[in-house]
Amino acid sequence: MITGIKQSPFFTWSYRAYVILFFIYLALPLAVVCVFAFNDSQFPSLPWDGFTLKWFFGTESPSIGVFNERSIIRSIGTSAFVAFWVALLSVFVGTCNAFLFTRYEFRGKSLLYIVMLLPLIIPGIILGISILVFTSNIANFLENATGLWFDNLRPGLILVILGQFSFITTFATLVISARLQKFDLSLEEAALNLGATKFGAIRSITLPFLYPAMIGAGVVAVLMSFENFNTTLMLVGSDAPLTITMFDRLKLGSTPVLNAVSLLLMVASAILGLMSLLLQRKSD
Amino acid sequence: MTSDKSKLGFFLLLSPLLLWLMTLIILPHVGMFFVSISEKVGVRQYETGFGNYAVFFNEPLYWNTFARTAYMSIAATFLTLLIGFPVAYYIAKLTKGRTKTTLFLMCLIPFWVSELVRTFGWMILLRETGVVSNFLQYIGLVDGPIEFLYNDAAIMTGLVYTSMLFMVVPLVTTLDSLDDSLIEAGYDLGGNGYTILREIIIPHAMPGIVSGCIVVFMLSLGNYLTPILLGGKDSLWFTGLIYSQFITRFNWELGSAFGFLLLGLSSLIVFVGLKLSRQSLTETMGR
Repeated sequence: MITGIKQSPFFTWSYRAYVILFFIYLALPLAVVCVFAFNDSQFPSLPWDGFTLKWFFGTESPSIGVFNERSIIRSIGTSAFVAFWVALLSVFVGTCNAFLFTRYEFRGKSLLYIVMLLPLIIPGIILGISILVFTSNIANFLENATGLWFDNLRPGLILVILGQFSFITTFATLVISARLQKFDLSLEEAALNLGATKFGAIRSITLPFLYPAMIGAGVVAVLMSFENFNTTLMLVGSDAPLTITMFDRLKLGSTPVLNAVSLLLMVASAILGLMSLLLQRKSD
Repeated sequence: MTSDKSKLGFFLLLSPLLLWLMTLIILPHVGMFFVSISEKVGVRQYETGFGNYAVFFNEPLYWNTFARTAYMSIAATFLTLLIGFPVAYYIAKLTKGRTKTTLFLMCLIPFWVSELVRTFGWMILLRETGVVSNFLQYIGLVDGPIEFLYNDAAIMTGLVYTSMLFMVVPLVTTLDSLDDSLIEAGYDLGGNGYTILREIIIPHAMPGIVSGCIVVFMLSLGNYLTPILLGGKDSLWFTGLIYSQFITRFNWELGSAFGFLLLGLSSLIVFVGLKLSRQSLTETMGR
């Protein structure tokens, strides 16, 4: 913090006002989404018709609440299923990658590292279509060759999982590598000296050290998977994850039930986000 | 014996990486390239050629949309930098301790929320029956409801909002590493606020500015939700064209060509940005 410099009070105050305005700008869209979840009206807009909880618990049409709206509940389930597999796969591959890139020296390592980073700079929608084109071609080829059906290679949940996994793994790798680089190798050597096998030492010394980063990466993966839209849009089949369902509703015009879902999403992701921040702090 | 074992370990670790990169990144893009250079000449008949790219260049709608997406993204990037820089400087240099952490976290938290929810928030604010329109009527500035949605300004607002985090975080990180005494020395040597900003602060913050700008530009270019929902039917965003070629028109060949053009533009900008700032992808993205 710079203290030695005197600024004119006018400057100081207008600067402060600017920063406050900025944070209002950040908060405003989220605040209105939350507030209108409690508006007793058919539309998420003014006028304010009084406070209600029917967009959460309502049972009668036209104001069916989130918890009784079957299509939304189902899509939350779909999202959770996708997020679970994406997190599991990306943390597993991310951990392998972390060991590979921090422990081994090999030819082409830096090139491979750059390729590993590429998913970060490929627009999500292009990742989606490239995987769509690729798997459809394989499915066509296999179906022509064998005469069997390969529905798993057609748009659907498996492709959604693969598509999200394809870029979330990069994040997982970066998070886990950062932690592994801080590991003191002499601890592992001590275990080896005490008669542990290489694998045993890694399992009982190194992996526990990595757990906070692995859980942190898993949480980030779940969050990213839940809110991913672009890649998912291109690969989705008949079972739509939550963001897709919400998007379809939004295009048609919406009731405050979407606000209620959004509010729940915000609460859930705030909790998960804080968890991952705490885990990161713990691992620093 | 040991070396055999460690070699085995090496290949066991290498295989998931290769499997992931080959089947989900490299081969799909190679495949997409081959689809993009195959022209449909009849039912189930294809010829190799750059016809799909020719379609793009011969149809003004396509390349106008492409150019529009590019310059709107550049504009969004500059706006984000312009709005975000003072805030990042404030957080990095004019606050400390708990306030600093709190402000920084407050910048992060909105972005844990799905982009869809954020865009939905802007729709509620900007639509004809929305909060802003009602507020303006209430304070008497306007007489009737105003539609703020479905124009370029609305798209810009959404894009800037969506990408703010990716600008502020690298800026705060680089500004944090700037030694305060350098700024104080600048003042001691007779500099004023403007010269110090130009001679000391901006040169030091350049790596953060570049990586922030690259990420924001890429995100804006590849954005689909914001232009479609805030810009309406006529938003003309290139990702929208790709989507309609793939899903609505089922013309995958042209769609793949579009995809490659977008990918090319985005990679070009990343490359130029990195070259201009003499940084490498590994440093910029690896953080």
